[in-house]
Amino acid sequence: MQVNENFKPLIVAFCCNWCSYAGADLAGNNRLNYPAEVKIIRVPCSCRVNPMFILRAFQRGADGVIICGCHPGDCHYTSGNYFTRRRMSLLFSMLDYLGIERERTRVEWVSAAEGAKFAATMNEFVEQVTALGENKRLEDLRCKQ
Amino acid sequence: MQRIGVFVCWCGTNIAGTVDVVKVAEALRTEPGVVFSDNYQYMCSQAGQDMIKDAIKEHNLTGIVVCSCSPRMHEATFRKTAAAAGLNPYMVEIANIREQCSWIHKDMPTGTEKAIILGKAAVAKVNLNTPLTPGQTPVTKRALVIGGGIAGIQTALDIADAGFPVDIVEKLPTIGGKMAQLDKTFPTLDCAACILTPKMVDAGQNENIRIFSYSEVEEVGGFVGNFSVKIRKKARYVKEDICTGCGLCTEKCPQKKVPNEFNLGMDNRRAVYIPFAQAVPKVATIDPNYCTMLKTGKCGVCAKVCTAGAIDYKQKDEIIEEKYGAIVAATGYNPISMNKFDEFAYSQSKDVITSLEFERLTNAAGPTAGKLLRPSDGKHPHTIVFVQCVGSRCSHDASKGKEYCSKICCMYTAKHAMLVRDKYPDTEVYVFYIDVRTPGKAFDEFYRRAVEEYGVHYIKGMVGKVTPEGDKLKVLASDLLADKQLKIDADLVVLAAAIEPDKSARPLATMLTASMDTNDFFTEAHPKLRPVESPTAGVFLSGTCQGPKDIPETVSQASAAAAKVIGLLCKDKLTGNPCVASSNELMCNGCSSCEKVCPYGAITYEDKEFRMPDRTTKLRRVAKVNEAVCQGCGCCTVACPSGAMDLKGFANEQIMAEVDAICK
Repeated sequence: MQVNENFKPLIVAFCCNWCSYAGADLAGNNRLNYPAEVKIIRVPCSCRVNPMFILRAFQRGADGVIICGCHPGDCHYTSGNYFTRRRMSLLFSMLDYLGIERERTRVEWVSAAEGAKFAATMNEFVEQVTALGENKRLEDLRCKQ
Repeated sequence: MQRIGVFVCWCGTNIAGTVDVVKVAEALRTEPGVVFSDNYQYMCSQAGQDMIKDAIKEHNLTGIVVCSCSPRMHEATFRKTAAAAGLNPYMVEIANIREQCSWIHKDMPTGTEKAIILGKAAVAKVNLNTPLTPGQTPVTKRALVIGGGIAGIQTALDIADAGFPVDIVEKLPTIGGKMAQLDKTFPTLDCAACILTPKMVDAGQNENIRIFSYSEVEEVGGFVGNFSVKIRKKARYVKEDICTGCGLCTEKCPQKKVPNEFNLGMDNRRAVYIPFAQAVPKVATIDPNYCTMLKTGKCGVCAKVCTAGAIDYKQKDEIIEEKYGAIVAATGYNPISMNKFDEFAYSQSKDVITSLEFERLTNAAGPTAGKLLRPSDGKHPHTIVFVQCVGSRCSHDASKGKEYCSKICCMYTAKHAMLVRDKYPDTEVYVFYIDVRTPGKAFDEFYRRAVEEYGVHYIKGMVGKVTPEGDKLKVLASDLLADKQLKIDADLVVLAAAIEPDKSARPLATMLTASMDTNDFFTEAHPKLRPVESPTAGVFLSGTCQGPKDIPETVSQASAAAAKVIGLLCKDKLTGNPCVASSNELMCNGCSSCEKVCPYGAITYEDKEFRMPDRTTKLRRVAKVNEAVCQGCGCCTVACPSGAMDLKGFANEQIMAEVDAICK
């Protein structure tokens, strides 16, 4: 397999407003580095993430998608992250079946106090996706024009 | 088509240091819908805000994007700015190019490229924004304070003084908390009881304050301004309104062998008890774990001696339901368990005690009536060793203790050492420390007095091992400054145990949906600018449940929390969050999927008449969202199989547009 040395993956991160987005802000406050390939989209709760958004991201050329929410039991909306957990385990199995490897998708719990965890998670995830290389499986070539 | 204005902030060099702001503004100028794009040093300043207002008016902007710090910081600021210029505040989007860009990336090209993409995503989103108008909800003008220590008492008194009713829920039979157990307070050596008990009495007598002692919060529902709370008032087997607090039952009860938790188990109480003389409410409580009558049905002495007839063995737990506008968490702290610190022989010797136990030993109302006597043999100790940071600053072994500094130990140890030397000048006092931390008004002077005037031996170094030998405690320690090992034959060893949040805080935080840090301290909405508010609207923080604090700090924070509560309760109506779910009736087929996942029960169904293409009408069941109840999590939008349910402000289309902009 050809490995592109300069490959930089495109990562879309959905972060819930109350825990993980605040965790990402804290990582910034503490000047903790993580790759610029990670682009964050703010959602009120991780349970707001529609599987459609993830499919769309892969269609449009994302190489990895990560969803971050509050720790189980700490959801600002009581139970949202439980739905995320169940929905995403189904979706990720289906994506795996379609050829989007498990390593390209992840759900991670990051609290508002875990800036260091946020940065570490992103570093690790980017490394993992970089190792897999470009995602071509779901890419919609019509979008590339 | 929207007319969008883009405003790129330098934030001094915070953003401009790693992001080429001029380039970002230029790149975004050609995005669809953008008619104006500029940059400025500080967008949040008055001049920056004026620039936004002028541009909105001059260019007839219908939406704006501010590329600046986190929306958690200044989204509200820029929404107000937009509103002041006549633009709907929900037509504002923030691109976070500081916390999530300039601060984490080091080089200019990377930072600039990412900032442009984040800006493009925000422009793509604002293109699809619609003006939103928040609904209004009434405010229940009553506050709940959870925890009746000095923090809870002060918060409740301040709220009550402003004229609002307050309920205090305290899990123990009396309010007072940890401060009631203390002897003197640093750095003034005020007697703790003398300054606390008048406040307890004030709280007990204030007509705006209700105290639910021996009670716990069981369920919290609702939202800011409209919380509904279930409180379990545990059966104390004594009718609170009839008991006069004479204390006769507590003298006659034959069950004498109950460890007295107020004195930390250093003496015994009866099965029916009043925790201490100044308890509020001064009402007896029967301990069901020890009462012979409750366990075997045979005894009944207390009922016989009670002239008021207040004893009621058949009393049951009572559930109280009440509505509140604001909730204050004041759950306090506890010293950590010493189980994992066996090197100090805490479990092996009665003469190794914690500092809180030491407080009780020196307190006139304590087990020794204030005489400093060894718990093992009742003899006067001649050599006392204080060990600081037991479990605090334990970063080398987080499983054993706490990584943080407990903040109060240096000062109370100085106080203990000073008090011992003052009362018993024949006693040698050693204090082992890592650092002595005395930041606070008159704190360092106080510590210097302990060393210089009272001759306390302060030794930099940690105690390695304490071994009981005969009636002595062999203390092995190192003196780091003199670089030698010390062996001290001590009579009493006092451990400055780290403090941790009360165990009740974690389940409470879950009920309140308030976030906590990894140490189970409540998280504040902003560590510097909103230190007494939880990120959950309507939930406020008072005292050590937010982090280690001494009494003056606790009282200041308690009053600050009260001020915030008063500010909230003063309002007749609260402006809600307009970013709520809404259902497209034409697409909804009434399947109930959304209703099942809604955590708030905000979705109901109604039968609605629809005109069909053949001009007949048909009744159809469709979902309806109660906007006052919906909190806008968006769970229902994903559950909806027909795509009828959407979330205002975070619509499917808007998020898709952001995804597209990022993936382009």
